[in-house]
Amino acid sequence: MAKILIPTPLRPYTDKQDAVDASGATVGELLADLTRRHAGLKPHLYNEQGKLRSFVNVYVNDEDIRYLQKEQTPVTADDTVSIIPSVAGGAPTVTDVVSGVSRTLPELTNDEIKRYSRHLIMPEVGVEGQRKLKAAKVLCIGAGGLGSPVAMYLTAAGVGTLGIVDFDVVDFSNLQRQILHGTPDVGRSKLASAKDRLQALNPNVDVVTHETAISSENALKLFEPYDVIVDGTDNFPTRYLVNDASVLTGKPNAYGSIFRFEGQASVFGTKDGPCYRCLYPEPPPPGLVPSCAEGGVLGVLPGIIGVIQATETIKLILGVGEPLIGRFLIVDALRMRFRELKLRKDPDCPVCGTHPTVTQLIDYEQFCGVRPAAPEPITVNSATEITSVELKQRLDRGDKLKIVDVREPNEYQINRIPGSELIPLGDVPKRVNELNPDDEIVVHCKTGGRSAKAADFLRSVGFKRVLNLKGGILDWIDKVDPTQPKY
Amino acid sequence: MAADRRLIITGDVEHAIRAHGQETYPHECCGALVGKGEIVTTVVALPNTTEEGPRRRFLVRPSDYRQAERRATEMGGELLGFYHSHPDHPSRPSQYDLDHAWPTFAYIIVSVMNGAAGDMTVWYLKNDRSSFEEGSLDHGENSHPHSTQAVHRQTGRG
Repeated sequence: MAKILIPTPLRPYTDKQDAVDASGATVGELLADLTRRHAGLKPHLYNEQGKLRSFVNVYVNDEDIRYLQKEQTPVTADDTVSIIPSVAGGAPTVTDVVSGVSRTLPELTNDEIKRYSRHLIMPEVGVEGQRKLKAAKVLCIGAGGLGSPVAMYLTAAGVGTLGIVDFDVVDFSNLQRQILHGTPDVGRSKLASAKDRLQALNPNVDVVTHETAISSENALKLFEPYDVIVDGTDNFPTRYLVNDASVLTGKPNAYGSIFRFEGQASVFGTKDGPCYRCLYPEPPPPGLVPSCAEGGVLGVLPGIIGVIQATETIKLILGVGEPLIGRFLIVDALRMRFRELKLRKDPDCPVCGTHPTVTQLIDYEQFCGVRPAAPEPITVNSATEITSVELKQRLDRGDKLKIVDVREPNEYQINRIPGSELIPLGDVPKRVNELNPDDEIVVHCKTGGRSAKAADFLRSVGFKRVLNLKGGILDWIDKVDPTQPKY
Repeated sequence: MAADRRLIITGDVEHAIRAHGQETYPHECCGALVGKGEIVTTVVALPNTTEEGPRRRFLVRPSDYRQAERRATEMGGELLGFYHSHPDHPSRPSQYDLDHAWPTFAYIIVSVMNGAAGDMTVWYLKNDRSSFEEGSLDHGENSHPHSTQAVHRQTGRG
């Protein structure tokens, strides 16, 4: 027998006594005996999994059992065991607001109960959690690589309303990773294709399509009805736009991005957490970080990252677990390593800091240097560019032209202009002596961006006659040689 | 537990809670409610020891809880519950409040909007822990003989 001191709020369950006796050789046994004698105590001391609640502290004499042997701490008749409350609480967090505490939760139909049964039997979800999911509204920016797994898993999981923003058309080159779309969908609008796929998956979900390019003009209005934003964009201007709009509207942003074998994920834009700008206040110079279209991406990688974004979204809605707030996850799929960086909210952040300088959406293409602030005088210099058709005519005429392909070797393996020589853009400076400054040189890449840089470089080192192939090899295939594959 | 519960607070107690909420804004304040039966006569301000960011959370440590209970006994009263503030949020309990609530205690929440204390409400945990039910918060006369001492400060983290 040992004596257990009972705190004020639990005394109604011990016939108003502030101390009761119980028997047992350890704290665990003692408490088990206590709850046998006073059954009303049990739900307040233990959670549904039979573990002591986090705010219940048990002391043996003056020592917290967490620092002894926890529930295995031995007790004798001379010991005094005290149950001491930690009193905790707080204002609703974003999670609570998202998780529908302030919204009436819809009931589940019998069909839904059957469909979500594997959720309903989980303590972290349960009927209540599933109703929160049904009440939730999530906006997915993009129906591409990341948007596909995000939209499919959130739909399968029973998120009530799923908005999708996209304006693109399904292309063959999407199918390697964008599993929302199938071969027969090529040429269709991504949203039409996505909606069909998602409704087949789960007709209970209201799929709302926004067929538009997200912009500074429409973003705040688009975000307004939603609880969580999922960033599935593939370029910097849109990424900054989504970040800023999420901070300005107070909606958390389940962020993800992918490149080749590397992915990143985090949760930005919560009230007390950092945002994308706390990490990267300024975008990289244009062209420095290649996009997936330029650098490629492993097809399954958006599957990994998108599923992390979907998981974080569901956790925010349920209000369970530890969200990826203030943590930046880096996934290296080639080595299969997951690294985590700690992120802090930057008090000087221009958007979410204490004195924000960005209080409305700006021109993000200009911010990211994609488009100059003032339109540059248009100097379509015919002497620096050549079209596919002109090139073909000149080659047929027998003009002596040196064609330099500045793409990467693996791109060169897919298609090429006959007679071209491969010098990847990064190698041009060190291999420049392989070229004759007196030759007339045509440089090309996939669409004309990288080759414009190569042309500028060659001119800067004294090459007089350098022409950039307008539209790159894609235009060449379209206009001159449709037998070659495109990528 | 009876459905309609009520808590009576004196003008001094109400003033003390509001002042404490404004003082700690934009962080949360917390403290203990001491009195007898359904009448709160005194509040004991407690340090907010949360490590999760005091803008959204409060935590009263076991040692401070013990002291509050002892204080209540010394004053010839009992510990009736706790109060805390919701900076820039309505005075409604959050899921977190519910998850961490103790039975029988009265939980007073004061909303502090832009630094000014506003709505004040009182809540009791339902016996099955499923939700809170709102009680009625009534105002009584200042019955405490030394009304100026209605707030007992406990400072520091000791």
